[in-house]
Amino acid sequence: MIPLYYYIGLSAILFCIGVVGVLTLRNAIVIFMSIELMLNSVNLSLIAFSAYSGDPAGQILVFFVIAVAAAESAVGLAIIIALFRNRLTVNIDEVNVMKW
Amino acid sequence: MNLELILFFILAVAAIVSAILMITRRNPVTSALYLVLNFFIIAVLYLLLRAQFIAIIQITVYAGAIMVLFLFVIMLLNLGEGKLLPWKLNSAKSIATLFAAALLAEVLYFVVNLKSPSTVSPAAENIGTVESIGKILFKSYLFPFEITSVLLLAAMVGAILLAKKKFE
Repeated sequence: MIPLYYYIGLSAILFCIGVVGVLTLRNAIVIFMSIELMLNSVNLSLIAFSAYSGDPAGQILVFFVIAVAAAESAVGLAIIIALFRNRLTVNIDEVNVMKW
Repeated sequence: MNLELILFFILAVAAIVSAILMITRRNPVTSALYLVLNFFIIAVLYLLLRAQFIAIIQITVYAGAIMVLFLFVIMLLNLGEGKLLPWKLNSAKSIATLFAAALLAEVLYFVVNLKSPSTVSPAAENIGTVESIGKILFKSYLFPFEITSVLLLAAMVGAILLAKKKFE
């Protein structure tokens, strides 16, 4: 007997760890991994809501989120490769062309 | 305390610890491996929620395909030992962590006050199977499913174009 809010709480904790990673890290690839962690925590809360309300729509939505995450990671990693080719670094502190 | 609750707590602690280890390791390969561990733990949590199909998709697509792509890029860029970025704590990072903690406190405040059901719905036993997901996906959600193929095609073309040596 696990109450629903245990799952939502775990999802919130994982999401906030991902937020800390995105805000504090400097390696572009690990920042990208933190974004994947946040996507996963949202998937967990969608599955929990789906299971506790008996509605399959949440699981269909997670299916689409995973498909979009696959597309996003392919394009994002291609951008990181292009960045590394131009600047020879993945440290985002050194990539400041668009910084005001 | 029943067995399911004990299992949930073990998995929750393992998921949080692996996520924290992921964002604190300096070597990106180690981070990627901790993230794979985190994905496996979340897949087991999906099984606890009776979502078998999504659990398998999580392992094959996330822990399999996406994380192998990440490790492949890390190896391609040769970001292993020697090019590690030194850990630096400055005021901006402390403020960022503080704001993330405030966000967590706000969300948890509302989550704990939520009137929530305490058991999985009996209907959930049958909705997580491949058969039921497939039926819904190809009847009610056929159009979004087809659009996903266009999205994946666009991502494929975009990735090849961006990672090419030179823009023609």
